[in-house]
Amino acid sequence: MKISIRGVRGSIPVSGSDYEQYGGNTTCVVVTESDWMLIFDGGSGLQQFNLLENTAIKRVDILLTHLHLDHIQGLGFFNPFFDPDMEIHIWGPKSNTGTLQSRLSRYFSPPLFPVSFRDLQCKLIMHEVENSGFEIGPFKIDSRYVIHPGPTVGYRVSGKNSVFTFIPDHEPVLGSLEFQTDKKWLSGYDLAFNSDLLLHDAQYTAAEYIKKPGWGHSSMDDATRFAEIAGVKHLLLAHHNPQHTDNKLNELFTELKSRFNYFFKYELAAEGMNIELP
Amino acid sequence: MPSYGIEIILNRQLADCLSVPVFITDTVGNLIFYNGPAENILGTRYEETGEMKVETWGTIFKQKDDDGNLLPPESLPLVRTLRDKYPYHKTFWIENMNGKSERISVTSYPIIGRSGDFVGAVAIFWEARDL
Repeated sequence: MKISIRGVRGSIPVSGSDYEQYGGNTTCVVVTESDWMLIFDGGSGLQQFNLLENTAIKRVDILLTHLHLDHIQGLGFFNPFFDPDMEIHIWGPKSNTGTLQSRLSRYFSPPLFPVSFRDLQCKLIMHEVENSGFEIGPFKIDSRYVIHPGPTVGYRVSGKNSVFTFIPDHEPVLGSLEFQTDKKWLSGYDLAFNSDLLLHDAQYTAAEYIKKPGWGHSSMDDATRFAEIAGVKHLLLAHHNPQHTDNKLNELFTELKSRFNYFFKYELAAEGMNIELP
Repeated sequence: MPSYGIEIILNRQLADCLSVPVFITDTVGNLIFYNGPAENILGTRYEETGEMKVETWGTIFKQKDDDGNLLPPESLPLVRTLRDKYPYHKTFWIENMNGKSERISVTSYPIIGRSGDFVGAVAIFWEARDL
């Protein structure tokens, strides 16, 4: 299983020389195995991904964790939507307030966007997920609602020999006085346990989080604790605060490592990173 | 053992922040969490007991009406919520294992998540007030 990181910025894209190391695009990750491709979230990182160069692929599955703009804003610029030979499956969280297509069409319609769903030329199939299990090609996938404002899921992807878990927006400590160590009571635990690779929200420092409880995100401290409890082998800290420049992120990560000595590998996710799992 | 759904987890986290006693059960009435104020009513600590079977915690106190008559379980708000999946409210007396009686109001509600599934129930105990 190959994991290709296309965007790791939280909330809003950023650009400029201060953001070259980790990148400025919002969340998008591409997972491939045995000629199958999964795209996780359609943030601005998706726009860099020109699938038309690879004509062998005629089906793409896009798995959305939720519909906040920083996770869907790249969809409108994804060329395969305009290819009549392409079959695109969009998977996203079920809501009580409307179908997945009706909620996504708020973005795919004027005045926010000039192209509507009916103008897309590909074959488009929508799938609503909740606490679900399903299969796409060689992948076995589990989705679970996780703590974040609005319907939001995380995904656990089991390939032939390895497991990748994707929870880019997650606030497991919401309302708690201290980090929940009882696994039964830990949001997202079922998704992350024993994963070979976990990409997890780490938008804030611990000090920043104190000022923003309920905003739906984790501190770097909480993300690493979550990974430790879940027995994760490799953690990518992601959804970087748009106010954190490369220098700031490096400074924060150095400080984080000086305080914790975990036995698993953890690092800051960066745009352009490619990871091969066995 | 799988973790609870976020509807249950968020109810616990809310209960953790409240000053009134809150009890959270699964769909059949097993007590899966009670907060600090509820510990005073039960006389036990959640950290010590963990979850309690319905047969265990259901006998810790007796429920009586204003005349001292025992109330049938099926008239109690939480029992009705577990049966009907609707919210209920009732004021009555409880007598704990030490024989101490207290007049309380109980509000119960079902936990029904986005998927529409009934996953548990909550009972909140209030100091009884005659309005």
